[in-house]
Amino acid sequence: MARNVVSPSLGKGTRNAWKRTFSERAIAVALFLSAFLSILITVGIVAVLLFEALAFFGDVTFWEFITGTRWTPLFSSKQFGVLALVAGTTLTALLAMLVALPLGLLSAIYLSEYAPDRIRRLVKPILEVLAGIPTVVYGYFALLFVTPILRNISGDISVFNALSASIVMGIMILPMVSSLSEDAMRSVPRNLREAAYALGSTKLEVSTLVVVPAALSGIMSAFILAVSRAIGETMIVTIAAGQNPSFTLNPFVPIETMTAYIVQVSQGDAPAGSIEFKTIFAVALLLFVMTLVMNLLSQYVVSRFREEYE
Amino acid sequence: MAVIPQSEFQRRQARRKWMGRAFHGLCLLSVCIALGMLAVLLIYLLQQGVTGIDWSFLTSFPSRHSDKAGIKPAMLGSIYVVLVAGVVSFTLGVATALFLEEYATRSKFATLAKINIANLAGVPSIVYGILGLQIFVHSMHLGNSVLAGGFTLALLVLPIVIVAASEAVRAVPPSLREGSYALGATRWQVIWRMVIPQAFPGILTGVILAVSRAIGETAPLIAMGALTFVPFTPDSPLSRFTVLPIQIFNWTSRPQEGFRETAAAGIIVLLVILLVMNAGAVILRNRFQNKWE
Repeated sequence: MARNVVSPSLGKGTRNAWKRTFSERAIAVALFLSAFLSILITVGIVAVLLFEALAFFGDVTFWEFITGTRWTPLFSSKQFGVLALVAGTTLTALLAMLVALPLGLLSAIYLSEYAPDRIRRLVKPILEVLAGIPTVVYGYFALLFVTPILRNISGDISVFNALSASIVMGIMILPMVSSLSEDAMRSVPRNLREAAYALGSTKLEVSTLVVVPAALSGIMSAFILAVSRAIGETMIVTIAAGQNPSFTLNPFVPIETMTAYIVQVSQGDAPAGSIEFKTIFAVALLLFVMTLVMNLLSQYVVSRFREEYE
Repeated sequence: MAVIPQSEFQRRQARRKWMGRAFHGLCLLSVCIALGMLAVLLIYLLQQGVTGIDWSFLTSFPSRHSDKAGIKPAMLGSIYVVLVAGVVSFTLGVATALFLEEYATRSKFATLAKINIANLAGVPSIVYGILGLQIFVHSMHLGNSVLAGGFTLALLVLPIVIVAASEAVRAVPPSLREGSYALGATRWQVIWRMVIPQAFPGILTGVILAVSRAIGETAPLIAMGALTFVPFTPDSPLSRFTVLPIQIFNWTSRPQEGFRETAAAGIIVLLVILLVMNAGAVILRNRFQNKWE
């Protein structure tokens, strides 16, 4: 404490004050630079992806890339139709949402409307454990546990297939859907529910006709975020869905997603500057744009369609 | 509205009650399916892997023979990479949170930075790997090193740290700051001696959660060029490395049956590490929660 007391000698006091102002400024500048770095990261991502992707589009026309349905950059006869990878990503994300959406929403309704407080406080953290498990673990589970079960049910299913990866991915993003939806439902004011009960509604009617519509903006944004997460998911599809880019929506055959393709090239030794190397930047740029649009959409939905109470 | 006879009313009411019970059951079933999947996953992993874990598994190098393979280099690689990521993301994350919450509150820059951070949190992790490859590995000539891997993961988890630290800083009551200002403290003195100590448990919780996310990441490190087979221990920040999740991935992709159990054993070790870290975060949070309410 003593060194903060301004000394009686005026000269020393001014010097201290000057030193103080200087270090205060320096600290403010340092903190600003850190904050600025977070913006630089975005700039860096865009710049890095654009730079190599533009080099790629010097060799392959954008039109061929975006409309072609055959993707064979690693073979001798190279074709660059990214739709084969986009189909894989769409298929797995769609199937994963078919699992995560109903289970997540119903779980959220249970936790928000039905569960006693004690159970809710027990179940919520356990559900969140599902979200904390590394994706490579889910990949292992999909390939070695879920796939054999599916293959027992139907012999038409290949060892690598979109279905198994999607089911497991759905389980992985379920806690995200349920937790965000539940937050939205719990912020619906109690008096809306009370009013519906007073009119003689059952709990089912209150949940589905009052609470869910009132929380719809939050629920929608949770779904969109979940789709974005599913599109960017990498390890589950890399391990369980195969490395066979194909323009198909058949969930029983091996496919390849955009993310899995990036891993495949990274694992090999495509030299920097080669066309194989450049493809991952074009694919990653497309992936980045797709998830960015989803994330912005989700923020827009929340801000635009939020029902304001009080 | 049409008037309906009482018998019809009772019939409808019975039906509505029945539907209500069925829906309740359906919701409960969904939660049970989710919890059941978690149970099946954990039981399956334990069944597959628990016999594979012993002292030599933890201290051996990987091998072509599944019964001799171990995770020593992967464990050390994970620890080093995550240490770098933790220190870097902690420093940058706290500094950013302090600037946004204490200096630039409600400025245009702060609004822009917050939108940007929210979007960074949604960027697929593999994109960070590509960023790391170009910036740290190629432009900065760090090679596919521990340092480059740590920096890559630091950028990946930075939004988590910033959000947690911002919340912790915001939760410090203004009266504490005002009291210090009234005693003549400068802005930084207030932050250093008042805000940071009060917000520290919250910040630490955020860092632990960020680090536990970093430990489980596979894809960004593969994209930035981490090795999959490392028969040596990393001995310097510029040494090449592998991490536990990549080692697990490598074992999972092998066709031989024996490696499934080795992979499961590796997964159990990874999950135990994560469990310990998350338990630490929960304990911290419960211990310091509601201090000011």
